[in-house]
Amino acid sequence: MFEICAEPRSLEGLTWLSCYLTTPKHAAMYYSILTVLGLLLAVVPPILFLGFAGALARRSKIAPVRWLGVGYTSIVRGVPDIVFFLFFPIALDQAVEYIRHKIKCADVLEPVYQGNDFVVCQAAKMPLGIADQFYHEAWGFSLAVITFAIVFGAFTANTLHGALNAVPKGQLETARAFGMSERQTFWRVHMPQMWVYALPGLSNLWMILIKATPLLFLLGVKDIVYWAKELGGMKTQVYTYAHPDWRIWYFGALLVFYLFLTWVSQRAFDRIFARASRGLSVAS
Amino acid sequence: MKKLLLAAALSALATGAAWADTVRLGTEGAYPPYNFINDKGEVDGFERELGDEICKRAALDCTWVTNEWDSIIPNLVSSNYDAIIAGMSVTAERDEVIDFTNEYIPPSPSGYVGLAGGSVDVAKGIIAAQINTIQAGHVASSGATLVEFASPDETVAAVKNGEADAVLADKDFLAPIVAESGGMLAFIADDVSIGGGVALGLRESDGELKAKMNTAIDAMKADGTLNTMLVKWFKDAAPQW
Repeated sequence: MFEICAEPRSLEGLTWLSCYLTTPKHAAMYYSILTVLGLLLAVVPPILFLGFAGALARRSKIAPVRWLGVGYTSIVRGVPDIVFFLFFPIALDQAVEYIRHKIKCADVLEPVYQGNDFVVCQAAKMPLGIADQFYHEAWGFSLAVITFAIVFGAFTANTLHGALNAVPKGQLETARAFGMSERQTFWRVHMPQMWVYALPGLSNLWMILIKATPLLFLLGVKDIVYWAKELGGMKTQVYTYAHPDWRIWYFGALLVFYLFLTWVSQRAFDRIFARASRGLSVAS
Repeated sequence: MKKLLLAAALSALATGAAWADTVRLGTEGAYPPYNFINDKGEVDGFERELGDEICKRAALDCTWVTNEWDSIIPNLVSSNYDAIIAGMSVTAERDEVIDFTNEYIPPSPSGYVGLAGGSVDVAKGIIAAQINTIQAGHVASSGATLVEFASPDETVAAVKNGEADAVLADKDFLAPIVAESGGMLAFIADDVSIGGGVALGLRESDGELKAKMNTAIDAMKADGTLNTMLVKWFKDAAPQW
């Protein structure tokens, strides 16, 4: 990066350190912070959407919709995360490629499953084999967003379902007594009061989500924990910057990073909670 | 309107350049000097040089991807990349699932490394090895207690912090680590020969790619380039053809 870094082996002390910390490999680690934050921001809308859909489905008056809601939350919550993260993205990836193969390469006669091999034609690859590495990573990231959304959506659905039930019946009866329609009751009374009951559960889920981001590596996305492990390991002279096992420092930095993230989140949730409970006597 | 958008999106996906023969080479990137991520963040090492040379000779357009060792075979068979070039020894079990090219490193010994000066019985002690390697298989059947780790680096760290008595790995990987440990580590037992040589792993349905790569590897053996490369990366202990 800097001119003085051209000959790293001749450097010492702080100069060496500053050159070391600005290698392209370290830049990749700093960039992965954005990957983690990007994932956290990208998954919130689909999580909330699936959460609401699941919670409302469970309250539906139509039995099959209700079964769907209960089925979704029960199955996804029951399967261990790591199993889900190993299985689902590969299945989704193969499903997408399988469909593309059927559409684009209808003339290819060889079966897609040949023994252990899953082989689709070049045109059906997702992303295409010739695509830049960036697209491969973006595709992996998208699979990650979908998987996280489905898993955490189920937990959110359960939290929201509980919160909707926790709003005192008297509130809803009063709303009806004022002449509000079903819909008005839901949007003007039920929903605003629901948040007070949902927020503690949602803040828990958010904290768990922050700590679950290293699962990204299972999906082939290189996150900050992967880089800390990779950079911190012992480096022999074959590397330009040789050093002993420094993982303790890298994991120390990770500790600070995650604590900072959770601390900021907790403050934000405190504010949201204060706002959601304005004018309500039920929340103490 | 929605249908129009969908159609536009589909046709955008359908067009695209003619498919060149892009071959994606999958490696671990954590096993110096075989393969590692250098400080520029690129794949480097013996296998990088070898892979690039094979692609040049076979007129293939190659790109490099890294993948965790533990899932390196499943991701090959589901076509996330087209070849494994990660110091993988040919074994009968692996050969059932994937196909191998001709070997590019002859069978070379594995070594036990422990703390210098300690006395460890490698047939009874606690031995670290990387998961799903021939060394892990050897330890499991030797009567010693096996502790497995996901990455090669962690197996060595386990010996340094006392979690394991010794580590069993390819000698070519351990030699520079022992040399640079400042006397802390040493080879503590006789070398063992396990498994065959090292080759590229391919999907069993990929016969054409296998033929191309074999031609390139054989040519490199014949004209001595492969031997020169082995000496460059593995120094004195380099196995030779």
